[in-house]
Amino acid sequence: MTMRRLFPIFGLLTAVLLSYALYEALVAAPTEQTMGNVQRIFYYHVPSAWTAFLLFFINFVCSIQYLVRSNPVADKVTNWTVIAIAIAACVAAFVIHPLPQGMEPSSVATTGLAIAGLYFLIKKYFSRERVDALAVVSAEVGVVFCTVVLVTGPLWARPVWGIWWTWDVRLTSTLVLWLIYISYLMLRRFSTSGQTPVLAAALAVFGALDVPLVYFSIWIFRTQHPQPVIGGGGSIDPRMLQVLLINWLAFLCFAGLVCWSRYRLEILRRELEETQALEALLEPRSPQ
Amino acid sequence: MSKTSAIPSGVTGATLAKDLRLEWRSKDAINSMLFFSLLVVVVFSFSFDPNAEESRQIAGGLVWVAFLFAAVVALNQTWARELRNQVLDAYRVSPAPANSLFLAKALGNFIFVAVLEILMTPLFIMFYKLRALGPAWQLLPIAALGTWALVVNGTFFAAMSLRTRSREIMLPLLLFPISIPALLAMVNATTAILTGELSAKFWIVLLSTYNVVFTIVCLLLFELVLNAE
Amino acid sequence: MNFLYAAYAATWIIHIVYLGTLVRRYQRLSKEIAELKK
Repeated sequence: MTMRRLFPIFGLLTAVLLSYALYEALVAAPTEQTMGNVQRIFYYHVPSAWTAFLLFFINFVCSIQYLVRSNPVADKVTNWTVIAIAIAACVAAFVIHPLPQGMEPSSVATTGLAIAGLYFLIKKYFSRERVDALAVVSAEVGVVFCTVVLVTGPLWARPVWGIWWTWDVRLTSTLVLWLIYISYLMLRRFSTSGQTPVLAAALAVFGALDVPLVYFSIWIFRTQHPQPVIGGGGSIDPRMLQVLLINWLAFLCFAGLVCWSRYRLEILRRELEETQALEALLEPRSPQ
Repeated sequence: MSKTSAIPSGVTGATLAKDLRLEWRSKDAINSMLFFSLLVVVVFSFSFDPNAEESRQIAGGLVWVAFLFAAVVALNQTWARELRNQVLDAYRVSPAPANSLFLAKALGNFIFVAVLEILMTPLFIMFYKLRALGPAWQLLPIAALGTWALVVNGTFFAAMSLRTRSREIMLPLLLFPISIPALLAMVNATTAILTGELSAKFWIVLLSTYNVVFTIVCLLLFELVLNAE
Repeated sequence: MNFLYAAYAATWIIHIVYLGTLVRRYQRLSKEIAELKK
């Protein structure tokens, strides 16, 4: 199968990319003025965060699809809603002046289109049953990457700002997201219902609705109790941006590999379960 | 007694009335919950010295953490009874909409937890010598909104946890992460009123938004949970 | 400086541990499949 042959090739490519990215991050990238070499943690911390968020978003899309695809009406409504979101993003990108800080019109429009593209791509290539498998995979790998974010964050904060943790918007939202998805995985593991995918999908929807509220609540909290900002925004040296993007690409490929492996494992596990269930039905022999 | 067109409210009302009647009759549950609330307040008073000046700052948090634990214990109880008597299967087969059942359960839990809060509050005021320096009347909507925020999601997740191993621990595992923004709002709003230093307005708005969003989502998705065998 | 290496090491340790669990699950699964085929 071409898939079998593609995997090691992709694996090798990823390994090369990761090594190159590591070199760039540790050696080639310029040293930051105020923070020194510790700042290089940034090249692992940020790509992991972006990857984790992407994976959690994929889980959200899969959960929605699992819930609506059983009902043709809901399915159609959701399709049109996604298209509407994409159009709204493109329109808003060029109509709203001024955009919030840090947002470019092109990126807003691209994000909207990417969301729609992702939604319909997943819909095309994954059956309803497989979409659920993808949901599990993206949740698990997302938690792994999110753990990396939560570990590297304090390791970066401590030498630079003197504190291990602060309740700033991004850190806290990431922590809550991590907690929500851990509870998601626990539900999956502990549920004895035959409808676990449905319950888990519902939980993912809850989580997705919760995150903006978390963001907003911490934002209110911060305006009332100002605290140090970690990893402050602002412009970034173009050379550093380059290293950042290379590391992101490398980690995306790595995440893809891990997800692929986990996905194959999941499909295999499900096939085994089905076969075992069938066997139990078809062979009522007396137990040894 | 209830007309065909009024079935939803009829079912909700009837279920709610039945739950309340059952709770009232089984005094065990009420007695143990009463004692539990007292214990919680006393334990907190030992752990967090009420005489310190900082008490006023942290009292908001203490009170709501205590309420949160009481709510979890209450929520775990209410579905357990349904399971014991296989009432859940009866509901699933009946033509009553799942929403009415959810609303009835949520309202019943709300009343139950509210009663506990009403019992615990005077104790807290006494032990911590609490006095609201800000507009005290705002504490009522804060308490109501906060309790509903915990109860609406709690009822939903309690139903979800029914079909899991380690049912009792599953509920808080699911509920706490999702409730974090609401908890933040409740605690900060209460602290704002108690210390009188800041305005609770933003927090009340956040709590209301949270309640609206999650009440709608719970009502929409409850049918799925109920039918998951 | 130590924090830098700790962070990079931690990242890879986390990833390797996870991949390790995947490998272990895969081995267990293969064993069960082999038994089923018998």
